[in-house]
Amino acid sequence: MDKLLKILSENAPIDLEKVAKATKSTVKEVTKKLKDFEKSGLYHGCTAILDDSAYDKEQVRALIEVRITPRREGGFDQVARRIAKFPEVSDLALVSGSYDLLLTVRGSSLREVANFVAAKLATIDGVLSTSTSFQLKKYKESGHMMEDDEEYERLKVCP
Amino acid sequence: MSGSKSVRKARVARHISALPPSGIRKFFDLVSTMDEVISLGIGEPDFTTPWTIRESGIYSIERGHTSYTSNLGMLPLRREICRYLARDYHLDYHPENECIVTVGVSEALDIAIRAITEPGDEIIYTSPSFVSYPAEITMAHGVPVPVATNCKNGFAPDAAAIEKAITPKTKAVLVNFPSNPTGATLSGKALKELADVVIRHDLLLISDEIYSELTYDETHVSIATLPGMRERTIFLHGFSKAFAMTGWRIGYACAPSDLVDAMKKIHQYAIMSAPTVAQEAALEALRHGDEARETMRASYQERRDIFVGGLNQIGLDCVMPHGAFYAFPSIKRSGLSSEKFAEKLLEKEHVAVIPGSAFGPGGEGFVRCSYATGLDELEEALRRIGRFVGSLARK
Ligand SMILES: Cc1ncc(COP(=O)(O)O)c(C=O)c1O
Repeated sequence: MDKLLKILSENAPIDLEKVAKATKSTVKEVTKKLKDFEKSGLYHGCTAILDDSAYDKEQVRALIEVRITPRREGGFDQVARRIAKFPEVSDLALVSGSYDLLLTVRGSSLREVANFVAAKLATIDGVLSTSTSFQLKKYKESGHMMEDDEEYERLKVCP
Repeated sequence: MSGSKSVRKARVARHISALPPSGIRKFFDLVSTMDEVISLGIGEPDFTTPWTIRESGIYSIERGHTSYTSNLGMLPLRREICRYLARDYHLDYHPENECIVTVGVSEALDIAIRAITEPGDEIIYTSPSFVSYPAEITMAHGVPVPVATNCKNGFAPDAAAIEKAITPKTKAVLVNFPSNPTGATLSGKALKELADVVIRHDLLLISDEIYSELTYDETHVSIATLPGMRERTIFLHGFSKAFAMTGWRIGYACAPSDLVDAMKKIHQYAIMSAPTVAQEAALEALRHGDEARETMRASYQERRDIFVGGLNQIGLDCVMPHGAFYAFPSIKRSGLSSEKFAEKLLEKEHVAVIPGSAFGPGGEGFVRCSYATGLDELEEALRRIGRFVGSLARK
């Protein structure tokens, strides 16, 4: 993976000066506020919105639905936390409905993701079943369209 | 037999050929030939119409709503317009006979002026103004009478100057606040004084309030809400600016029923009805557009603060515009005419602004900069304008 992309995908820098300007404050104030947000658990860092398929056709993402049995003490948390520890898992949430956990898994090939599911995920104590959907094409992420509409030119000067 | 020998009649009507070409057109032609131009000359929002509104337009077509509507416009839309005006403007109009849906404020303006103007009638308008005003009055065989506003009082109309311009032929006063091109708003004492003059001289008032949602420091007050004004006001409004719908061509006029009836006559012969797809999209804008509208307004406000602050830092004095999306800085210190200033700025730094003189009397010495463009572009434009102004000072 391109080094820049890797950095962006892990922790993208924020243009503090721009943010300060937009919020009518100083870089110092913004930094302090970010720290406070971090402390309170609101802010967990900043990652870039990337369309993996644009730089690596082999990159795969899979959405995996997992059914689990809650533990006597920790409920769903214990199993969920254990799964979340795997670096392959980029997102994980407990959901309502016909399954319990929804996770996004990233890998550099189909086989890698399949192996992860078979060897790591399915074998965890408490995991009852998994259902894997491979992502074919991404249209939108975090509010951003992956493909821009065709350029539509406005008049350069008008009353 | 006839024809060949006789003196040929002018093919174009004299009052049309006498209309001056738009001062904006010239810049449009210049800019079109250049690359890498940052244009602050665009008098429309830089947003695309919010998706929910566009989707309603698509749905309207899908359902096959492709026929005319009633002349006044779909009743549900007129009802929604009147509800919106009651809620946000404290205006009370009846959807059945006091509201007409038009092809933009442009058409509303046209039929309002035509409905009230007899040949030779004078219509006073505050200047600098939207470029169509004097032309529209002339095309209706009226006489446009500009009364210049002044940057010293933030380009608010001067009731005394308006009163001075009134003659026995004066029929109406035409105002536009928040204003294109100055961004000035109208409230408090100036608003009341204007209403007093209009009432005292028993005139009509055409109020183009197309930018009224886009105010940043105080809420907009429509002049039609002042005592004695509703009966003599033609209120013009539309969707182009606040809902970013310029290309849909949809707006409206509200007024007492005798005036709406007269406008409807012109509209039914000249237009029939506003585009059906645009009417259905406009309905969605009023029903579910509040949030998107507010997001856009807040974004203009942010850009205004940065851009106007930047202009003043550069040394172009600019009164804080309280509405619309225009800044109207003075370029008098440059020693250039506003047209020369704009031409040279375009040529040297590839930044397009519109010379104030294009907006009529009172505009000379200023340029109009639209800040409805991206923040990065605005900041780059400020750098370039700063460099340009600096180079003039050094000469
Ligand atoms: C003051 C003013 N009135 C009317 C219009 C025309 O608006 P519409 O798109 O509704 O015809 C404009 C557009 O620039 C304007 O600035």
